[in-house]
Amino acid sequence: MVALVQVVLFVAVAPVLVGVIRQVKARLEGRAGAGIWQPWRDLRKLLRKDPVRAQDSSWMLRAGPVALLVSSLVLCVLLPLVGTLPVPLIPSDLFVIVAVMLVGVVALALVGLDAGTAFGGMGSSRHMTVAALVEPTLLLSVYALSVPAGSSTLALIVQTRLFSPAIIISPVSLLALVALSIAVMAETGRLPVDNPSTHLEVTMLHEAMVLEASGRDLAWLELGSWLKLAALLGLLSNLMVPWGVLTDFSLPGVAFGVVTVVVKVLLLGVVLSVGETFLAKVRLFRVPELLAGSFTLAFLAVTASYLVA
Amino acid sequence: MMGIGAGLLVQLVVALMAVIVAVVVPALWRARLGGPLCVLVSAAGCVTGVLAMSGELGGLVVPLALPVDALQFSPDRLGGLFMVVVSGVGVLVSLYGMGSVRGPGASRTSWAALPVFLVGMQLVSASADTLSFLLAWEVMTLASTVLLLANHSNRATVASATIWYSVMSQLSFFFILAGFAVLAAVSGSTGFAAMATVPPGSWEASVAFVLLILGFAGKAELVPLHVWVPKMLPEAPSHVAAAMSGAMVKIGVYGALVVCVRLLPGGPPWWGVLVMILGGVSALYGILQASVSSNLKVLLAYSTTENMGLAFLGVGASMLLRSYAAVPAADAALLASLLLVVSHAAFKTTLFLGAGAVDHATGEMDLDRLGGLGRRLPLTAATFGVASLGAAALPITSGFVAEWMLLQALIHGSRIEGNVVSVAASVAMPMAVAVVALTAGLALLTFVKGYGIAFLARPRSAAASSAQEVPPAMHVSLVAGALSVVVLGLLPGPLAAVIASCVGPDIVPHVRSVGLAGVELPGIGVLLDPVTFLLLTVLVAVPVMVAVVVSARRHRPRRSALPWGGGGSRARPRMQYTATSYAEPLVRVFDDVLKPSRDVQVTHVGESRYLVERVEVEQRVSDVFESRLYRPVLNVAQRFGVLARQAQNGSIHRYLGYSFIAFLTVLIVVSF
Repeated sequence: MVALVQVVLFVAVAPVLVGVIRQVKARLEGRAGAGIWQPWRDLRKLLRKDPVRAQDSSWMLRAGPVALLVSSLVLCVLLPLVGTLPVPLIPSDLFVIVAVMLVGVVALALVGLDAGTAFGGMGSSRHMTVAALVEPTLLLSVYALSVPAGSSTLALIVQTRLFSPAIIISPVSLLALVALSIAVMAETGRLPVDNPSTHLEVTMLHEAMVLEASGRDLAWLELGSWLKLAALLGLLSNLMVPWGVLTDFSLPGVAFGVVTVVVKVLLLGVVLSVGETFLAKVRLFRVPELLAGSFTLAFLAVTASYLVA
Repeated sequence: MMGIGAGLLVQLVVALMAVIVAVVVPALWRARLGGPLCVLVSAAGCVTGVLAMSGELGGLVVPLALPVDALQFSPDRLGGLFMVVVSGVGVLVSLYGMGSVRGPGASRTSWAALPVFLVGMQLVSASADTLSFLLAWEVMTLASTVLLLANHSNRATVASATIWYSVMSQLSFFFILAGFAVLAAVSGSTGFAAMATVPPGSWEASVAFVLLILGFAGKAELVPLHVWVPKMLPEAPSHVAAAMSGAMVKIGVYGALVVCVRLLPGGPPWWGVLVMILGGVSALYGILQASVSSNLKVLLAYSTTENMGLAFLGVGASMLLRSYAAVPAADAALLASLLLVVSHAAFKTTLFLGAGAVDHATGEMDLDRLGGLGRRLPLTAATFGVASLGAAALPITSGFVAEWMLLQALIHGSRIEGNVVSVAASVAMPMAVAVVALTAGLALLTFVKGYGIAFLARPRSAAASSAQEVPPAMHVSLVAGALSVVVLGLLPGPLAAVIASCVGPDIVPHVRSVGLAGVELPGIGVLLDPVTFLLLTVLVAVPVMVAVVVSARRHRPRRSALPWGGGGSRARPRMQYTATSYAEPLVRVFDDVLKPSRDVQVTHVGESRYLVERVEVEQRVSDVFESRLYRPVLNVAQRFGVLARQAQNGSIHRYLGYSFIAFLTVLIVVSF
């Protein structure tokens, strides 16, 4: 039930979130911006067009975007966004969630390769390199957060933080959150790892892979990526500020949970866009240094959580 | 009581028949008769193994004329499990072998050595004493060497690969022999039962442990004894490579498990740390080499090093945790490595057979010259894709379940009911999680590269664009392999329960089936139910699929040569990214570990300094262990060889002089 609410809510909110991010950025850069509903209008436009596909492309160009979208939707089902009520038999297990996310990552990378151009291959290669290097940070930082809860289930982690807020501002948790934020930025292709608003060869990862897609293929790819961004921001915000999350089922509770999570995600989106305005993309070969730094933070967090706490 | 003995006898007799058939029958009928016999050997092995897994006792005792104990072949439950694994791989491999009736894989030697190899592996897992273990081990090794040599007349590199393989396998045999010798000396018997009484705290036990683990690590393709793998597997016929990578390396893991679980359980913590380091380094190094390799078979070979490294990591973690009494997590780690062994057998065999199909269709193993095969070999592409998902540990395959369990064991290992078990464990476990995570990430890249470059995009050579689908006999084993990857992944509950019962009765209560064939580990409080998960995914996917169908009806896709062409209108196939360029960022990131050698040659047009006619780039990533560890040793040996040659120059006078000096020395020594 809550899972259904989460999916519908995030499908509705994810394009708005992207719209907000773009609009805030535009205003900060002194542009008028296209308004926060533009991503929705883009989706509608794309879905009305005939997809154009390369002659040599295979079924991957059709199936890949759908796979990415479905993996993002499953993320929205499993993550503790509106509430921490578990789906029976499928706990929001960290490793399962990462694996679901990786299915999307792989689908996108294969779509990038499928068209048979140098551009797609380049994006795909860089995308996978970053994904491979992010994974240790991602797992270790959530591992550090999982130690106080004694479980790798994200819902339980959020709940533990809700009931004993002192954990949130402990040094271990702060270290882990910083590491996790960097990992999420890299995973969703935001600055300083990837620049989502350019189409230049030297800067792009995501855009290079989706270049050959069009029509509904492109729509699914975009929506899938937006959903992933929204879901991960939702998770981050619930880990930082768990208040408002639904722990026992009730209708007003659901409404309150919906409102708080939307506010939290949009606020985090604004913070993200302000941050991105003042940030330059780092060189591709400096990205591993950034990730190594975040990995060190995560590793420190884990060992400290055992030895200090 | 008779079942297992009879089964083993059947295996031996049918294998003998297969050898005779291979030698006697003319070439045309060799595969048609020898193949089914090999399948029969493997099927009999499966039955015997299942009997042993169900707890039946009994076996075969072969008395010898030599003054040693009789050879005992009576598999216990764990041995039965491994016999089923190697026999299952044997069935797929023999079926596939029947499809390739021409070439070196179908020669007389090859068909004679295959049954010997299969039965050798089965006998290792059935051995109940050292002597029979070592004997079966040598039979297996020699048969695999012969199989490898099948291609020697066509390719010059086979000879050198075989030499490497022989030397490395004899080196690991030496370690195992020495290790067993130490144990036999202490316990006074060559039987496994007697050896298990050696106290694990003694220094003899530690010496034996280190020797045995090194020896078995060599067979399991672990660093630093892995150097034969990337040389040998690409040279072997594909079904032989599949058998080696899918089955033979498991025997190495089996040996390590015999040592860690049966012979010397409960050792000091540093044993566990040693095995973890061995496994962790192998996993990282293996996958790093795999991810930058552009030869499909080399890629698969190195990925085996990675998977077996993870299996050893699990075994080591289990030993370490057990020594700190974190029993549920220790059991989970052990279970995870066995799951990994089983799932690796399924997906790696399929991958090697798939690579064999690509080789059969194109004659090309260099990924840089493949491409677009998904359209030309649809079935091969599908099965290879499923197996790649397994190798990349993505849901819903068996590889994912194994890696999930390993990670769960690792993160739940450092604490028992909120208390930290030890400082060593709380540093080792996060390290291990990081290693597994990085390995998983790189494996993802490796198999996206392997599948994407070979099967997607446009063909990069004439051979790839004129590829034809392979014969149906090959398809049967490919499909069976891919199915097993998915089925093992969907039913982890029953599978884990069976494996747990094979390891020992203590571990059984720590595993439970839950939901629709899902698995639960109550000791550490985690559960995974892939079937329910799949149902949920389908549920979520339904609206999307409806949207796709509706949209597809209204908006028909249009085909164009290349929609945007990356900005250029004449994007030719050779402009695509290749496997080498795909891995280039990674090579740069891990420059210090891989030490690639790069050579760039720029040819200018005429006298101009600015107009470039052609650029040649050559990049070679060699094995660091080969060039930094083995080469120096070989060079020293060579130098001594040169010196020895000077001493032995064939002149009769010099030899007479040597005899004279020896005689004098003896006289002088005696006179004192």
